[in-house]
Amino acid sequence: MKKCSASIDSIESFSTKDGPGIRTVIFFCGCKLRCLFCHNPETWVKKEDNMTVDEVYNKIKNFKDYYGDNGGVTFSGGEPLLQSDFILELTKKLKQDNIHVALDTAGVGNHDYDEILKNMDLIILDIKDYRPDGYLKMTGHTIDDFNEFLEVLNKLNKKVWIRQVIVPGINDTIEYIKGLKEYLKSIKNIENIELLPYHTMAVSKYEKLNIKYKLDGVLPMDKDKCLELERILKEKD
Amino acid sequence: MNEWRMFKEGNWNKEIDVKNFIDLNYSFYDGDEAFLVGPTTKTTKVWDKCLKLLKEELKKGVLDIDVDHVSGINNFDAGYIDKDNEVIVGLQTDEPLKRMINPFGGIRMVYNSLKAYNYKLNPEIEKYFSMFRKTHNDGVFDAYTPEMRTARTVGLLTGLPDAYGRGRIIGDYRRIALYGIDYLIEKKQEDKLSITEINADTIQLREEISMQIKALEQMKEMAMKYGYDISKPASNAKEAVQWLYFGYLAAVKENNGAAMSLGRVDSFLDIYIKRDLDEGLITEEEAQELIDQFVIKLRLVRHLRTPEYDELFSGDPTWVTCSVGGVGENGVPLVTKTSYRIVNTLSNLDTSPEPNMTILWNEKLPETFKKYCAKMSILSDAIQYENDMIMNPIHGSDYAIACCVSAMTIGKQMQYFGARCNLAKSLLYSINGGVDEFKKLKVLDIPKMDDEILDYEKVKKSYFKVLESVAKLYSDTMNIIHYMHDKYAYEAGQMALHDTNVERLMAYGVAGLSVATDSLSAIKYAKVKPVRDEDGITVSFEIDGDYPKYGNDDDRVDSIAKEILEKFYSELAKHKPIRNAIPTMSVLTITSNVVYGEKTGATPDGREAHIPFAPGANPMHGRDNTGAIASLNSVAKLNYEKCCQDGISNTFSIVPDTLGKDLESQKENLVTLLDGYFKRGAHHLNVNVLTRDLLIDAMNNPEKYPLLTIRVSGYAVRFNRLTKKQQEEVISRTFHEKM
Repeated sequence: MKKCSASIDSIESFSTKDGPGIRTVIFFCGCKLRCLFCHNPETWVKKEDNMTVDEVYNKIKNFKDYYGDNGGVTFSGGEPLLQSDFILELTKKLKQDNIHVALDTAGVGNHDYDEILKNMDLIILDIKDYRPDGYLKMTGHTIDDFNEFLEVLNKLNKKVWIRQVIVPGINDTIEYIKGLKEYLKSIKNIENIELLPYHTMAVSKYEKLNIKYKLDGVLPMDKDKCLELERILKEKD
Repeated sequence: MNEWRMFKEGNWNKEIDVKNFIDLNYSFYDGDEAFLVGPTTKTTKVWDKCLKLLKEELKKGVLDIDVDHVSGINNFDAGYIDKDNEVIVGLQTDEPLKRMINPFGGIRMVYNSLKAYNYKLNPEIEKYFSMFRKTHNDGVFDAYTPEMRTARTVGLLTGLPDAYGRGRIIGDYRRIALYGIDYLIEKKQEDKLSITEINADTIQLREEISMQIKALEQMKEMAMKYGYDISKPASNAKEAVQWLYFGYLAAVKENNGAAMSLGRVDSFLDIYIKRDLDEGLITEEEAQELIDQFVIKLRLVRHLRTPEYDELFSGDPTWVTCSVGGVGENGVPLVTKTSYRIVNTLSNLDTSPEPNMTILWNEKLPETFKKYCAKMSILSDAIQYENDMIMNPIHGSDYAIACCVSAMTIGKQMQYFGARCNLAKSLLYSINGGVDEFKKLKVLDIPKMDDEILDYEKVKKSYFKVLESVAKLYSDTMNIIHYMHDKYAYEAGQMALHDTNVERLMAYGVAGLSVATDSLSAIKYAKVKPVRDEDGITVSFEIDGDYPKYGNDDDRVDSIAKEILEKFYSELAKHKPIRNAIPTMSVLTITSNVVYGEKTGATPDGREAHIPFAPGANPMHGRDNTGAIASLNSVAKLNYEKCCQDGISNTFSIVPDTLGKDLESQKENLVTLLDGYFKRGAHHLNVNVLTRDLLIDAMNNPEKYPLLTIRVSGYAVRFNRLTKKQQEEVISRTFHEKM
């Protein structure tokens, strides 16, 4: 019998930012990365399991009426792939109800990606930095694990949305965007690309958790400039 | 008959049956808003004049008061705003925004209001009215028991319509346009003749019918002062709007009820407008002009109130509730081009709290109309939504909303407005032995509790006992109020536009649901220790541990909210109202949640004394923290059909960016959200799409936001008309926001 409970930080019943339409977002605990800009530090460490598949499923069932034609459920976190048995079991149940399921991931999990990805309708993939050295600086982790995930993903014909946080002084340059554009050609089936402007709203969370905030002093990313970079990124060659 | 040319005939030709006329003749429109036009020059000229007057009124509190006449259908000369440019005419008094005195509900209210604004009543009126005329208020206080007075003093029952007009009655103003006054009089005379058995009930009814007939005659004379003969049916769109408006105008000349709602006119008027357009008699511009100018008139309705009343309700709400949309009996939506034209006034004349725009939502409404409403909601924050899918089966397709959430079949049902009772205070009585926590008066005969830690089963048992006593007291109080209102302040004009054998609804209400619910949940799931003063009355509560909170789609606590409502309603339903009225109940506070909180001590949920309640059926501020949908789902669980047929109000604020990244996706998401919420059987939703920062800025810089309108609880207000305390309360409400 597979384990059917998980460590979940919270469930947000209404989101319009984590995939198409109105979505329920499950924030899983536990993540191997320590991204400088992370705004959910409370989800870094996996805690004791606190919810079963049935409990989560029953909550989601009550939200189904609000999904309309294109909404659904998004697994986020933390890194949902670290609790792969749970999400697989939950996803199978959700698929029986024809609920659209998206995985919001950084691609660093337990190396058991194939079956999970096959069951997903959409992968929202976080690009931390396409350059190996930049990736290491940004996440504190080598890019090898991510590449392994990408290899599996590219073999499957899954819809992909790309997300990249833009941080002033780190990757807010036209050079970086041009490089990213080239790099994204290696990822199949990209349907949508979003550049997310870095914000500082999580600083208070760090204070509360007594964790040092590594981007101390970095200003929020200018939204218009971020939009301009996104425009350049999406320009046809 | 020429007036009825091209109309499909049916039962409406044999008897008064407006619904049948609409069913047979309306034209469903499933296109989008592209056909809509802006205001005409005439409209702009009239509205500009009004804006100047409104500005002056805001400065002075009231623009003017007529102290030489008493309210009545035909007691004032004709009045105009800008005669040459007014397409629809008629004012309450002889000048725009000049208020009249209405002493029939209670003359003390008149004196207090006049005093507050430095006016003096004409001495002749003062002398003779007091000498020869008893008011509704006098009658009520002659009959009140000491227990009722106490319940009123401590704030257990408040907002009772015992000193002014009860309102919440919707005349079927369309009858005048369709049939003309003469036919309506003829029918009333027939009704009167048919009553031959004489007993207390029929004597009262015969007297009322006679008063109704007089009122109809007065409407004719009043319209004649404006040069219109409304004895015959309206023969074109302009007359239809004008005739209908004269009916409504008669209502607000005769009565000063808290809510004087318009009803539902979109599909009805559309039939006339479409006929004129088809015959080439008017253009789209002229059609919109009729609606715009009609709406201008509705925005100018005023009643003389005391400053305290305004403070309670924020400004001058009149609840000219205008119901739009819904679905017809044949399953075809009652959405017409005129449904669009009415909502379009929020663009042509800017956003405004009045008329209180109410969309009767049904999943069968065309997507185009749903999206248009969502767009206007996002842009204006002036629209409320109510679930046609649950009201239609109860009232049939031809119903409308009075006030905020009270549905009634037009012309066939009226309601006895019952204000509300304080559920949270009731809970404190169950712990404090029926003694009021502030006034220290013994209100109810309940054993006192001296437990160190509150026991859920024990408190619940005591609470239910309290609710039983309160229900009896509340019901008796209502009976006195409405007996006297029928006797001393009968709404003859409005009742003339109802069937003679009208069905009455006794509309009870509750406040403080989320506080009572969370308090019981705290007692059940955490440890709650009462802190008592020297008299043994609780002054605060110490809570050890966490507890599930209403507003998170958690059955453990949501079931408590349901149980409270079902218990209280079943108790109310045990008592027989006068005139065979049917008991109903609402969960609605309007803005009185602030005053209710003010009058209620600390509660076991951790809420401190005097802190505002959440409005209506809303979860307590900030406690619904698992997202908008979980919050909506908790409210959707409350059972409309079983115990809350007078409405369940929920006010919802969401940050634009959280609703969607651009207007297009915001529209789509709002439509999907409303579809989901109402599919789950919820009743009502006020929608605000704005940020907390904007409101804080508006509180600090009111001059920057003269028109900012927000939905509060069942109605909308200009934000700058709220008191500071109310503004702070609105700002402290949950804004659904996500980083």
